Amino acid sequence: MSDSDLIVLRNIAKTYRRGEESISIFSDLNLTIPSGDFVAMMGPSGSGKTTLLNLLGGLDRPTSGTILFDGAPIEKLSESQLSAWRAANIGFIFQFYNLMPTMSAARNVELPLLLTSLSPSERKKRVKTALEVVGLDNRAGHKPKELSGGQQQRVAIARAIVADPKLILADEPTGDLDRTTAAEILEMLQLLNRELGKTIVMVTHDPAAAKYARRELHLDKGTFEERLT
Amino acid sequence: MSSLFRQIAAVVTMTIGGLPSRFWGSVTTVFSIALVVATLLAFLAMSNGFAKTVAGTGSDDIAMILGTGSEAELNSTMSSEAVRLLEESPGLARDATGRPIASPELYVVVGANRRAGGGEANVSLRGVTARAPELRPGFRLSSGRMFEPGTNEMIVGVGVVRQFNGFDLNTELQLGGSAWKVVGVFEVPGTVFDSELWADLPVVQSLFNRGPSVQALRARLESPASLAKVKAFVESEPRLQVDVKTEKQHFAGEAQSLQYLVYFGWALSITLGFGALAGALNTMYAAVEARSKELATLRAIGFGGFPAFVGAITESLVLALSGGLVGSAAAYLLFNGLTASTLGGGFTQVVFDFNIGPAQVLAGVQLALLLGLVGGIFPALRAARTPLLKLGAD
Ligand SMILES: Nc1ncnc2c1ncn2[C@@H]1O[C@H](COP(=O)(O)OP(=O)(O)OP(=O)(O)O)[C@@H](O)[C@H]1O
Ligand SMILES: [Mg+2]
Repeated sequence: MSDSDLIVLRNIAKTYRRGEESISIFSDLNLTIPSGDFVAMMGPSGSGKTTLLNLLGGLDRPTSGTILFDGAPIEKLSESQLSAWRAANIGFIFQFYNLMPTMSAARNVELPLLLTSLSPSERKKRVKTALEVVGLDNRAGHKPKELSGGQQQRVAIARAIVADPKLILADEPTGDLDRTTAAEILEMLQLLNRELGKTIVMVTHDPAAAKYARRELHLDKGTFEERLT
Repeated sequence: MSSLFRQIAAVVTMTIGGLPSRFWGSVTTVFSIALVVATLLAFLAMSNGFAKTVAGTGSDDIAMILGTGSEAELNSTMSSEAVRLLEESPGLARDATGRPIASPELYVVVGANRRAGGGEANVSLRGVTARAPELRPGFRLSSGRMFEPGTNEMIVGVGVVRQFNGFDLNTELQLGGSAWKVVGVFEVPGTVFDSELWADLPVVQSLFNRGPSVQALRARLESPASLAKVKAFVESEPRLQVDVKTEKQHFAGEAQSLQYLVYFGWALSITLGFGALAGALNTMYAAVEARSKELATLRAIGFGGFPAFVGAITESLVLALSGGLVGSAAAYLLFNGLTASTLGGGFTQVVFDFNIGPAQVLAGVQLALLLGLVGGIFPALRAARTPLLKLGAD
């Protein structure tokens, strides 16, 4: 492991228990993602892509094995430590945007900052910057339902980057968008990776979307197969 | 800590902002709680109004003397001999001629027709002497004149005129097989006497075959402290088998009987409360479920479970408080000042006004908030434990 490795998965096993039977998703998964990487994760439905993303984001725990983030294992953190760790290090982007319907775009973007010690004026400045990055500073007061799908996803991206996390995890971020809008979103992720140095792991079904990443990982039957793009 | 407050504020505003999107569920909850509160307030208003009327009736410096063991006037008897003896008691206030200010009284229950809704109800016809008004502070003839002793004339309380047909001034009517004439209308504001008919004592005794006995002797005391003198006199006189109280003590005892109605009111409201609670739980679980994706998203961002808990509890309390206020307002509009009559102690019709005051509203709102708290706590716990796999819900 080198200093520049942001994430290292070692011997990860994940088993779901459903009543009596247990389903093994991975039994011995190993993966290293260097800082500044942009990984497109592909694979058939049910292969465990979302499961893996949840493990990387501290939303779920491995059955066994170690997840090192910046060299420190996260799987042993308590629930509340993990919450604080997510707030500080991870930005999430979801297929269906997951914005708060009753809040304005600016308030949605501000949410992660509520967990920091920033003053209201600092928070406001950061929100403005994040909305500028995604080109929506003129829509700050709009509610999600007053925005198009692509605009909503851009608000979600602003929310994901506003607290300046090291890692952005995106699960099918373009799955609900048309081709042109999807391209805009993917270009934006590419920009975040290239210009701002964000490490990104993106799950996608779409080979065209995967081309925006630095490399593709194919997950099938519990193992990876790598292709450089 | 301040981060926690910011999280709570965000979740609470999100929750309250989302109320209109669950409009019908929210409205149903508000109304079911309002119904419970209005029911409770109806009973509290009734007992409060009755208590006020009865409390207004009792006086501290009037002795109320009944035959031994009789809680109510109706089942008391006292001979004319006893009355004559009692009038000699020390401690009684006397007029210039040395006669005690005392009123031997007897009442009988007669039927009367209600104005509203029809139907028969009982009214007291009280046989009194000319002294009776002196023992009712606030007594006033509002129209007509006093009855002539020895005649079939009567005066009627304003409460009776208001509630029943056939008692207007100058009306002739049949009671207990004989003819009577209404020659005056009187009031003793805020007392039970307002709902009585008064006629000459000897006439009532003879027309209702009561012989020379009476039920009660009311007598003005020199001072409230003189009650002890009267009691001592009664104990030293073996021919007197009577109980002595102040009039206030007497009516306080009667008000006790209505306490059961209050217990019934609470029982009924609490029963209805369980229904409202089931509805509230349902609404709240649905509300938490409807928000589960947002709550899971906040958890993913790093929010704690406690703000989600507070958000749900707040929503539930807001709904409950609205229900409490709507119910109180409805009860106030429907019941406050409503005139009713009921069977008081001794089977007499007592006319009183429903009365809703701050204490009754407070009780109603407290019940509502209790329902909100109980109906919100389990859904709130579920909200706090929203699983992260709800992230993909849509
Ligand atoms: N909480 C859970 N409990 C039980 N089984 C689960 C749970 N979450 C996922 N699974 C199972 O684990 C397997 C992998 O699910 P996962 O959601 O990671 O797949 P995926 O690769 O993201 O699929 P898709 O492309 O359809 O999103 C599936 O068989 C799924 O049914
Ligand atoms: Mg998936």
